[in-house]
Amino acid sequence: MYYIGIDIGSVGCKGVLFKNQIVDKKVLPTGWNPQKSGEQTLNYLLEANNLKAKDIKGVVATGYGRVSQRFADKTVTEITCHGKGGYYLNREIRTIIDIGGQDSKVISLNDAGDVIDFVMNDKCAAGTGKFLEMTINSLEEQIDNLDNLVKDDKKAKISSMCAVFAESEIISLLADGVSKSEIAGGIIDSIIDRINILLSKITFQEKVLFTGGLAQSEVIKNELSKKLQTEVFSYSNSQFAGAIGAALISKDML
Amino acid sequence: MKSIEEIFNNLDGELKGHGPVAMKNLVEKEGKNVVGTYCVFTPYEVISAADAVPVTLCSTSNDTIDEAEKDLPRNLCPLIKSSYGFAITDKCPYFHFADIIVGETTCDGKKKMYEYLDEVTPVHVMQLPQSSQREADFNFWKNEVVLLKERLEEKFKTEITEERLEKEIKIKNEERNTLKEFYELAKLNPSPIYGTEIFKVINRSNYTFDKEIANQRTMKITEEVLAKYNQGEKRISKDAPRILVTGCPMGAATLKVIEAIENNGGSVVCLENCTGLKPNEETVDQDKNPIDAIAEKYLNTPCSCMSPNDNRVELINRLVEEYQVDGVVDMILQACHTYNVETKRIKDELKESNTPYINIETDYSQSDKGQLGTRLTAFLEML
Ligand code: SF4
Ligand code: SF4
Repeated sequence: MYYIGIDIGSVGCKGVLFKNQIVDKKVLPTGWNPQKSGEQTLNYLLEANNLKAKDIKGVVATGYGRVSQRFADKTVTEITCHGKGGYYLNREIRTIIDIGGQDSKVISLNDAGDVIDFVMNDKCAAGTGKFLEMTINSLEEQIDNLDNLVKDDKKAKISSMCAVFAESEIISLLADGVSKSEIAGGIIDSIIDRINILLSKITFQEKVLFTGGLAQSEVIKNELSKKLQTEVFSYSNSQFAGAIGAALISKDML
Repeated sequence: MKSIEEIFNNLDGELKGHGPVAMKNLVEKEGKNVVGTYCVFTPYEVISAADAVPVTLCSTSNDTIDEAEKDLPRNLCPLIKSSYGFAITDKCPYFHFADIIVGETTCDGKKKMYEYLDEVTPVHVMQLPQSSQREADFNFWKNEVVLLKERLEEKFKTEITEERLEKEIKIKNEERNTLKEFYELAKLNPSPIYGTEIFKVINRSNYTFDKEIANQRTMKITEEVLAKYNQGEKRISKDAPRILVTGCPMGAATLKVIEAIENNGGSVVCLENCTGLKPNEETVDQDKNPIDAIAEKYLNTPCSCMSPNDNRVELINRLVEEYQVDGVVDMILQACHTYNVETKRIKDELKESNTPYINIETDYSQSDKGQLGTRLTAFLEML
């Protein structure tokens, strides 16, 4: 009995093949056509594991591109899926911080792993991957290189939450001779400040899981741990939390 | 026999006594005066007792906002911008016929907007106390009701007698009770009616100027729907989470909120706001002196402009019980400070009864439909 969860985010399309545990996973760029990338991810999982559509008992789609997926038996929001997936990764998780390409969100779970509250920022780039991308680009650097860029604890102060204004602020910092490391530290601080605002709206409980594209950065994770004064967890599978949750929901459905 | 769906669809064609055409006839054929209103604090009965037609002016469309922003700041509540925009562009048919407008000093944006509006059509501003708790508030407001009465008497060369007031109180109370009987159908579980339909019927009644016709129509709908429901026509699943919507007034542009809930498996059973049951829950006391009774009822309006606003908390708590509500959605219009500040209090109060709560901020554009859908669906999944 196989189940598939597909999480179509704004940047990456994540898929998880599930039996009694995670059998395989795949991430492809979402590109401009979320429907197509959803299908590609699904087909990849089938082919790579020598499976046919009939071997799959259920498919649940989630993420912002979920509605355009024809193959899905059901669509569930990324909030619920992240909650489920996060709890699966570690049963002690009660708060999930997800920073994705276009939005960021915090989710609060109860002891059974059910979502009891959540707050989303999907109105502006502040505190999202988009903010990081725009600001790091103005340093003429790549996001992937972020962890190498930050060399010490020195941080420049970036006061604009708005990505567009932050860009020009960074350009003047560079002109003043402030180092890239310092500026990158400031950028991360700004993102964490935003996340803290979201966190203040829910009842904060330990332990904390960090998911989404930005969770791949050690520096952001460590800074977040420092700020929240608690260890923030992140796993190699963190990026797949939504897809894992979707696969689990499709399993529960039957 | 008609299905419940048809009963509501038929309403669209029912134009008797309703809408801009009816208003035009009242003015041109019957020589009626028209008084425009914006807010549920406006004492309806004082206006109708002057033999004038009270009408709520358009303020729920995005179309006139650009125009309004030429005079008003962008970061102002869309309701205020929209209503002002309708006025200066002459796009609201009711505004077009209005001889005078009655506004209240509710929130800051509105009261300042009235200063400009007055240059387009005369505005009578009622000074609203910021609290309803003290005797001084009541006396102050009662005096405002008297001032309105005098202004209308002078403007329309008529006398608003006690008898006329008593008669109008009775008529308006009947409308309130009839509407109440209708929207309370949603107390049944599962509800026989959708939230969009509750909105539609209340809205219909508001814009039907002959209250006799309005009441007959509403009563007939209530009867027919109930009959079909009892015969077994259940459109809504028993498992659908039952949602109460509260917050700022709603209208055409914000129906997207109710739709997002109902398209994703929720059942909106109660609209607590000013375009829902808020003005209809409490009637005007028919045993008291009419001016006193009117002043009392309207001052009790559970609006966030009041401080403190315990009435709203009490109302919501009661409705959550009565309608067996599973979750509360608080709709805040962008830049509405009073309702926005109050979200914390409502959230905290609902925590006491373990009622899940979410507040969403929106405006009159349709661009956030996807985001609203995700937020509200996630909320429903949580219940
Ligand atoms: S919310 Fe308050 S100010 Fe707005 S219409 Fe209702 S009573 Fe009036
Ligand atoms: S919604 Fe809020 S800001 Fe807008 S008119 Fe009503 S009270 Fe004022």
